[in-house]
Amino acid sequence: MGQRYFGEPIRRTEDIRLTTGQGHYLDDIGAGQPVLEAAFLRSPHANARIRSIDIADALDVEGVRAIYLYEDLTGPVAEPLPVLIPHPALTAPRTPYALAKDRVHHVGQAVAMVVAENRYLAEDAAQRIVVDYEVLPAVATLDMARAAERHAHDDVPDNISAHLLQTVGDLDAGFAKATHTLEFDLHVERSASTPLEGKGVYAKWDADDSSLRVYSSTQASTSVRAAIAAKLEIPLLKVEVIAPDVGGGFGVKIAHPWPEEIMVPFAAIRLGQPVKWAEDRREHFISSSHERGQDHHVRVGFDDEGVITALDVLFYHDNGAFTPYGIINPIITSTQLLGPYKPGAYRVDFYSMYTNTVQVTPYRGAGRPQGVFVMERTMDKIAQALGKDRAEVRAANFIQPDEFPYDQGLIFQDGRPLIYDSGNYPHQLTILKDMIGWDDMAARRADAASRGKLLGVGMACYVEGTGVGPYEGAHVHIQTDGTVDVATGLTSQGQGHQTMLAQITADELGVPFEKVRVVTGDTRRFGYAVGTFASRTAVMSGSAVALAARAARAKALRVAANALECDEGDLEIVDGVVQMKGAPDTKIDLGTVAVLSNPLRYAFDKAAQAATQFQGVDDFDKPPVAEDDEPGLEGKDYYSPPRSTFASGMHAAIVEIDPETFDIHIDKYFVVHDCGRLVNPMIVAGQVHGGVAQGIGGALYEKMEYDDDGQLQNASFMDFLMPYVTEIPQKELGELELGHQETPSPLNPIGVKGAGEAGVIPVSALIASAIEDAVGFPIDSMPISPNGLYRLHERFAAGELPRVEHYAASPPAAKRARRGAATRTKKSADTPS
Amino acid sequence: MGSNGMTTSLGQAAQQAVPGETRRVVELTVNGVHRSAEVDVRRTLADFLRHDLALTGTHVGCEHGVCGACTVLLDGLPVRSCLLFAATVSGHAITTIEGLGELQPDGTTKVSPVQRAFRDCHALQCGFCTPGMLTTITAGLAENPHPTPQQAVDMISGNLCRCTGYQNIVEAVLRAAELMENPDAPLPDEGFTADEHAKGDV
Repeated sequence: MGQRYFGEPIRRTEDIRLTTGQGHYLDDIGAGQPVLEAAFLRSPHANARIRSIDIADALDVEGVRAIYLYEDLTGPVAEPLPVLIPHPALTAPRTPYALAKDRVHHVGQAVAMVVAENRYLAEDAAQRIVVDYEVLPAVATLDMARAAERHAHDDVPDNISAHLLQTVGDLDAGFAKATHTLEFDLHVERSASTPLEGKGVYAKWDADDSSLRVYSSTQASTSVRAAIAAKLEIPLLKVEVIAPDVGGGFGVKIAHPWPEEIMVPFAAIRLGQPVKWAEDRREHFISSSHERGQDHHVRVGFDDEGVITALDVLFYHDNGAFTPYGIINPIITSTQLLGPYKPGAYRVDFYSMYTNTVQVTPYRGAGRPQGVFVMERTMDKIAQALGKDRAEVRAANFIQPDEFPYDQGLIFQDGRPLIYDSGNYPHQLTILKDMIGWDDMAARRADAASRGKLLGVGMACYVEGTGVGPYEGAHVHIQTDGTVDVATGLTSQGQGHQTMLAQITADELGVPFEKVRVVTGDTRRFGYAVGTFASRTAVMSGSAVALAARAARAKALRVAANALECDEGDLEIVDGVVQMKGAPDTKIDLGTVAVLSNPLRYAFDKAAQAATQFQGVDDFDKPPVAEDDEPGLEGKDYYSPPRSTFASGMHAAIVEIDPETFDIHIDKYFVVHDCGRLVNPMIVAGQVHGGVAQGIGGALYEKMEYDDDGQLQNASFMDFLMPYVTEIPQKELGELELGHQETPSPLNPIGVKGAGEAGVIPVSALIASAIEDAVGFPIDSMPISPNGLYRLHERFAAGELPRVEHYAASPPAAKRARRGAATRTKKSADTPS
Repeated sequence: MGSNGMTTSLGQAAQQAVPGETRRVVELTVNGVHRSAEVDVRRTLADFLRHDLALTGTHVGCEHGVCGACTVLLDGLPVRSCLLFAATVSGHAITTIEGLGELQPDGTTKVSPVQRAFRDCHALQCGFCTPGMLTTITAGLAENPHPTPQQAVDMISGNLCRCTGYQNIVEAVLRAAELMENPDAPLPDEGFTADEHAKGDV
């Protein structure tokens, strides 16, 4: 056996480029060359009619090459942008035009495009465009949307884009069986992906060839290509779309086509010169998708052990001004809310609402953080109502290891049954409790108290459907020098795909890792793909690469067996050499096998010389390429799963609150994570690290602050508080620890589950739980700032909020009983008290 | 509404080189090489490096001096190149990510301990903040070659990263300090710090 790479913390191939300044991000393309640059004039109003646009002054700016308005668009490009994922429940879908047509629906919507010799001049000109707006009242919040006194779109009077009701089991019977019920509201605010690199598009039209090359900082290059071809009416095969190095995505770059992805190629074709647009930070805040804003109302029935007999959730999802990505987010909230639990009956009813704010499409976690917030807050409230340990109540509701595959009875985001493939939640909880010392907090609490701090502990569990279909494919091409070229169509934004997919290829083929070169997101190399989202790359492209490599390997063995005059079954591939098992001196280099697989007429190099049809001994009764065979040593295959695979995790934290300033400090943070088999544990740990940091941002710092006119008040990094290192618990300071568990997926050939989004999912639920434990009043809305916490404290002191005391290990019996009585538990009428 | 068809491309007459702006000659040293160029006075140093000199290793993440991705070394000290005009740095020496390595006699470049540490520790994912991190840490370790973990945290506390949660960047600061002392120091373990917890029967 040669070296195995699967499961090893192989250092990343990408980093050789990226640590030396040799990456190629969108705005790097065309550097130092004459490239026209675009700037977009964007609406300053959240809801307005456009009466007129005057560009005369702008045209006077020297260096301006063109200004485009809606009226310059014709044919498909003048139609609204597509609704990418229609759904029967989405009865009033709305999408923008590439440039606003007589109406704007949010601050930041593109109104005009200026192309100039550089960005400075393009912005000079954009500032001189005069737009006469008739400003209309804006729908800035979910409350305003529900009130429906104002209308985000004139033709959607109730502001409702979609309504979906799903029920599993007999809800009434479940509530009848309950000995306790609780009812409460939970709220999550807006945040956003906020990658360090914004979006960007570069387009170059080749008039000689009538072909278009587009680079886009996208998570879905194949679909961007199809959209451009359709919108600009160019044959698909004349359009190439390449995702270069992408400076982070986190979901925002899966939405497509963005207006700029259509308009930049549109301008490049008309002007006959390359055109580039790189989004600036303010543009990103006001025109690239946000997510997370949801209001939830929960009614839950449970028995004396805390087992949920009925769960009834109504929620309102803020989808912003447009629904280009359908209702994926609320569908995910409604299905993934269940987590590792099996409530007796479940009803979930959601309304997706229009507001005059930036559109909402998935941001890492995509509806899951809200669902987990609902379920985990519910678990804590049940525990508190019963005076029980929060961990114990969770355990009482877990799906058990012998119950897989477990059918939740719902339809998941991929349109397929929500059936969990594998997992072990009780064991995961044991690991987590062990790591944090859940049952032994007394000393810590005493220590914090002695320092005048309020200490709180919390936990949160989640299940994440990952690796959604429908498919990904891969192509493996073994070159005559032994190099292995691998291509898959989905894209990379820093997840180490080049490394991870090379590890899989190297093992499957039996070649050194260094011999494998991986390309992603380039439609020239692989034309069919879905994209990078939903933690799907390792599952989907990882599996496809494994299958394609197996196909290439099978052919290599067949060709080698013919050359070595032996049986294929007697051969193995070790370190890039095909050799006889047990007789490794009988061997042939894989590169030579590639030579033999391609009979040639012309000897253009040494390898080709060895392959000309005039070399060697041929069987003249057979054609040089056998029937149904093809020249070359390649393998291509697709992986299409029956349904998603379900990763899981549990987080716990210890927080300290300053009772005077209400400063919130995360003292310790613990993660247990299960994504099946790990291709590269270093990369998986990195994904979890980053997710946790984004989760902490969303729990404590990040919030899109809209005023009642729909103006985003904090559209800069000075005002939108993305965490620095000082806000995140650090492993090097002993503040963060990762544990892991492996329950392989039975659904794919390599046993993996997705890992990309995991870290972010339970953080708001967890931090709320821990803060609530520290301060003793309910935390039902996130994010929470020291100011917000102080205001809650004031309300608590005024008697407006109930006391919350969570069970701690071995409390006095009397105290425990008092806790039960202090809650808002309503006993069912038929329950003896 | 409408612009009455005025939105067509302009003729060649309007396409002369960027007039109406004040231009100035800057002379500076970039990564040890003397460079001279005429620039618009409003051209930022970041845009000058990236688009005029084609040194695209320096990245621009926010254009308002908060994220730190554009950090370069000005006479050895970290500065935000998005907040400086190119015209103001005439006569100074700039080091970018492209200049952190050490040129070898055979013409190749050997990566610096900080660059190597970033790969060793998986201290980058998308790589967009990386140039600013590398330059900042290079200057930080020049000032304090033996940082404690807390000092490593402080060293990067002005730079935003959206991918890593900073975990492995802090580790890379410590690793780089170690490599500066001992280039043969063994690779650190990476992955899950609590792998022993995984040995349960699952």
